[in-house]
Amino acid sequence: MSTAIVDPTAAPAPSTGPQRALPHRRSVALRPGTWLVWAVVAFFLINLFGVIATVVLDSFGRTWFAGWLPKGYTGSNYSDAWSEFSLGQVMTVTFELSFLVVVVSLLLGVPAAYALARRDFPGKKAVMLLFVLPILVPPIAYGIPLATVLYKFHLAGSLTGVLLANLVPSIPFVVYTMTPFIEQVDPRLEAAARMCGAPTRAVLGRIIAPLLLPGMLAAAILVLVRTFGMFELTFLTAGPTSQTLVVSLFSAVFSAGIRSAQSIDAMAVVYTGSMLVLLVLALRFVNPTQLVARTRD
Amino acid sequence: MSTLTTEPSVAPPEPTRTALRHRMAERGVDRTLLLLLPGVVAVIALFVYPFVYGLQLSFQPQGVNAHGGVFASYSAFFHDKFARGSIGTTFYLAIPASLINVGFAVPISYRMRSDFRGKRLLLTILVVPITLGTVLTAEGIIEYFGPVGWFNSTIQWLHLSNHPLTLTNNYWGVLFSLIISGFPFAFLLTHSYLSGIHPSLEKAAATLGAGWWQRFRHVTFPLLLPGLLTTFCLTFVLAFTVFPSAMMVGDPDGKTHVISIEAYEQALQKFNYSQGCAIAMVMTALMFAVIGVAMALRSRLYTGSTGGKG
Amino acid sequence: MSTVTDTTLTPQPSGGTRAAARDRAGHFSELRLSGISRAYGAHVALHPLDLTIRGGEFIALLGPSGCGKTTALNSIAGLLPLTAGSIELDGRRIDTLPPERRGFGMVFQNYALFPHLTVRANVAFGLKMQKRPKAEIKQRVEDVLKLVRLTEHAHKHPGQLSGGQQQRVAIARAIVLEPPLVLMDEPLSNLDAALRLDMRAEIRRIHQEFGLTTLYVTHDQEEALSLADRLVVLDSGHVAQIGTPAELYESPASAYVAAFMGYRNILTLTVDSVTADAVRASRGGISLLGKPSAGASVAEGSEVQAAIRPEDVRIVGGDGADTTAGHSGVFDAVAEIVEYHGRTFHIDALTAAGDRVHLRTDQRVAPGDPLRLTAAAERVLVFPGIAPLPETGADE
Repeated sequence: MSTAIVDPTAAPAPSTGPQRALPHRRSVALRPGTWLVWAVVAFFLINLFGVIATVVLDSFGRTWFAGWLPKGYTGSNYSDAWSEFSLGQVMTVTFELSFLVVVVSLLLGVPAAYALARRDFPGKKAVMLLFVLPILVPPIAYGIPLATVLYKFHLAGSLTGVLLANLVPSIPFVVYTMTPFIEQVDPRLEAAARMCGAPTRAVLGRIIAPLLLPGMLAAAILVLVRTFGMFELTFLTAGPTSQTLVVSLFSAVFSAGIRSAQSIDAMAVVYTGSMLVLLVLALRFVNPTQLVARTRD
Repeated sequence: MSTLTTEPSVAPPEPTRTALRHRMAERGVDRTLLLLLPGVVAVIALFVYPFVYGLQLSFQPQGVNAHGGVFASYSAFFHDKFARGSIGTTFYLAIPASLINVGFAVPISYRMRSDFRGKRLLLTILVVPITLGTVLTAEGIIEYFGPVGWFNSTIQWLHLSNHPLTLTNNYWGVLFSLIISGFPFAFLLTHSYLSGIHPSLEKAAATLGAGWWQRFRHVTFPLLLPGLLTTFCLTFVLAFTVFPSAMMVGDPDGKTHVISIEAYEQALQKFNYSQGCAIAMVMTALMFAVIGVAMALRSRLYTGSTGGKG
Repeated sequence: MSTVTDTTLTPQPSGGTRAAARDRAGHFSELRLSGISRAYGAHVALHPLDLTIRGGEFIALLGPSGCGKTTALNSIAGLLPLTAGSIELDGRRIDTLPPERRGFGMVFQNYALFPHLTVRANVAFGLKMQKRPKAEIKQRVEDVLKLVRLTEHAHKHPGQLSGGQQQRVAIARAIVLEPPLVLMDEPLSNLDAALRLDMRAEIRRIHQEFGLTTLYVTHDQEEALSLADRLVVLDSGHVAQIGTPAELYESPASAYVAAFMGYRNILTLTVDSVTADAVRASRGGISLLGKPSAGASVAEGSEVQAAIRPEDVRIVGGDGADTTAGHSGVFDAVAEIVEYHGRTFHIDALTAAGDRVHLRTDQRVAPGDPLRLTAAAERVLVFPGIAPLPETGADE
C-alpha cells in the first residue's frame, strides 16, 4: 500500500488573511470545544506549576505556615539540608550509581541488541519476550522478590545490590532502544568493510561503533534519567549509605520526628534541579515522547 | 596425451561437522549470538530467578503461617480483612485515575493533533512531571493542596468554599498525584498514536460529507482505539502499582493502603518474605488479568497500518 | 500478493443504470473561480487564479511539484481556506462552506482509503454520511463496484488490495455520490506505467459515462494532454497558460509551457534580425529562423529562447529535408546517445558549443556520427527573455 505522500498543504491553519472574514469557516480560535480543551490544559499546567513552585518557594522561605508567600527568604535551608541529610554523600552515591548503571547496561545491552538486530534465530521471540518483561512488569512487583533474593545473598544495602536491582529495567531498555537503531544501519556496510579486508575487531570498532554512537548516547541519557528518578527498586534494596537522592527525599518526608519542612523542600529542589538539568541534556538528543514511551507494540 | 581427470588424492571432507556449522549459520545461529549471552544471563539472574524464587517462596509460608500448608501465605492475605481490602483500595484508585488520564488525553490530543507554534514546548513541559517522578509530585502536593496551600487559599478567595478542603493525607491526594504524573504519560502516548493516523483519512472523510464528530467517530476513533487500549493498560499499570505517593500524600494505614504497601510492609517491615512475595504475585496476577482483558478486546479491532508517521 | 489485475474492458453495466446515474448526477452549468489565491504568511503558494469551469468539462491542472496545483485543488475542495478570491457554483458562493458541505468528490494521491473498513464500507461511506436508506446505499454501491470491476473484492480490506485496485476503490468512493465536481490529485502517480495507461482510459470513460465534471491535477503532460478538454499550466503559483490541448501543443504561451508540452529543445539565442513574422537568432554555431510566439515583441540583440520539438529537428539529407529558403538555418552536431525505439531512434546530440539537442529519426545513426541538423521555421517557436524552465523529470 502506498504511503508516499505529497501534501505540502498541512492541516488548516487559522485564517490569517485580513482580506475578508470567513463565516462558517472552521477556525481554530472560535470553536467552544477548543476553548474547553485549552482551559483544561491551562488548569492542569497551572496546578502543575503551583505544585512545583510551592516546593521551590518554601525551600527559600524562612517560615511559611500560612499566607500566599513565605515570611522572609533565606538560603540557609539548603545548607541545613546539606548537612542534615548528608546531601553531599547522597549525591555522590546517586551519580556513582547512575553512572555505573549506564555503563554496565550499555556494555551488556548493546551487544545483545546487535545480535538481535542482525540475526534471526529459533527462539528469538523468547529472548525478546525475556527482555520485554522487565520493562512491562512494574518495579514493585518484581522488586520485592528481588529484594528478598538480595537480602539472602547479603547484597542488599550495599551499592552493589542497588546496582544489580537497577540493572533489571535498564538492560532491556537499552536493548529495546538500540535494536531498531542497529537495524537501520545497513548490514552491507559490514560486508563492505570485510571485503576491504577488515577483521571483526575493526568492523565493530571502526565501522559499527561510530555509527551507533548517537543511539548509545541517547540510550545512555535515557537510562541516566530513569535511574536518577527510579524510586521503588532503590528504596527496596538500599541501605543507609546507598540511598539515592529520591529515596533520601522520601525517607526524609516519611520518617518519624519533626523535620523542618523547609529543609526537606530544599532537598526536593536539589533533586528537581538536578533532574531538570538531566532532562534538558536529554532533550537535546531525544524527543519528549522517547523519554516516556516504554514499549510500543 | 593429456589425462582427463585424475582422482583427487585428498580425503573427502568430513560431511557432518562442516554441514552442521553451516546449517546452523543458515538458521541464524553463529558466534554472534554469544553477544547475547551476558545480557540474557543478567536478566535471567536478576529478574527471572528472583521472580521464580519469590513464587516458590510464596508457597513456603514462614512465621505465624508456617504450619498452615502451602497456601498459608495467600490465605493469610485473603483472610485478613485489612490486607484483602488493599486490593479493592488499589482498584478504587487505579481505575478512576486511568480513566481520567486516558479520558482527558483523547480530546486534548485530538484537538492538538495539528502542528502549532509552541507545540514542542508544550510537550516538553508535559514531560517534566513524568521525569520528576511521584516522590517529588507528592511532596509538592502535600504543600500545594494542603489546608493552607495555594489551592485552598484560591478556592476560599474565590468564595467557592468557606473552609479548606481536605485534599491531602487521603484518597484525593493520591489521586491527584496519579493524575499529575499519569496524564502527561497518557497524553504523550495518545498523541503519538494519533499522529500515526494519516491526516488524509480525515480529509477524505470530510470530502465525503462527514462533519467533525462523524469523522472522529467513524474514522479517527476506530483507528485510535487499539492504541488507546494499550495506553490504558500502561497507565493502569502505573496507577495500580502506586507506592510512594500512597504513603506520602495519602493515608497508608487507612484509605490508601494499597496492595504495594501491603506487600512492602510484609516483606521489609515484618520480614515475612513469603507473604510479601505472595502479595507481589497476587498483584502481578491481577495486573495481567486486566491487561489480558484489554488486549483481548484489542485483538478484535483493526490494528494494521494507518499510514502515518507514527 | 498477485499483481495481475484485470485490465480488459468488460461489457458495461446496463444502460439503464448509467442513464439513471447521469440524470441523478448534480449537473451545474458553471463553476467560477475568481482570483482565488492562497498564501502562507509571506510566501504565496497560489497567485490569484481566474477560471470558469463548465459542467461536463475535464480540466487538468498541470505543472511540476511546488507549482501550486495541489494547493489550488485543496482550496477548491475546502481543505484549505482561501486567503483571497471566491468560488461560485451557478452563482452561489461556496468558498465559505466547509468541505463536508460542498459536495465535491475527491480522489487523493495516496487514495486515503479507510484501512479499517471493507471496500464496500469505504465506498458506502459518503452515502452513509448523507443518511440514505440502506437499500439505496446497497444498490448504488453494487452498481459502482460493478463499474470499476471490483465486485469480487468488495469484502476485502484495502490492505489486501493491489495499488491499481485501491485506486479504483478510491475513484468508486468519490463518484458513487455523483458529485457535481470530482477532484483528482495525481491519482495515477503511484501506479506502474502499464497500469497507468489503462487506468487513464478508465478515468476518461467514467468521466464521460457519468457525465462528470473533473478537475485533475498532474505533473505528466502526456496524461494531461490525453485526458483533458482544457489545461491550466501553473508555474510557481502563477498561471502560465490556459487552453485546449491543441492550443497548448501548437501555441504554447511561454518557454516554460513549451518545455512542459514536450518542446524538449530550448536553446538560448541572441536575436540577429526581426521581420514581421520571423526572427533570426543565433549563438555558438547555431543559427535558426523561427516564429515569434503570439503577441511577443522581440528586439534585435535581445536574448530569446527557441523551442523545438524533437520530432521537428531533421537531419539534412535524410528524411527529405533540405535547406531551401523556407527552412531555418543548418547547424552541426555530433550524436552522443542513440536510443533504439523500434521504428525510430531517439538521439541526444551535442553541438560544438555544447548545446544539447534532442531529435528523432528513422535513420540509423551511431554514437559519434556527425549530423547536420535543421528545423522548419514555423516549427521553431521563439520566446523573448530567458525564463526558468520546469524540471520535467526528463533528462537533460
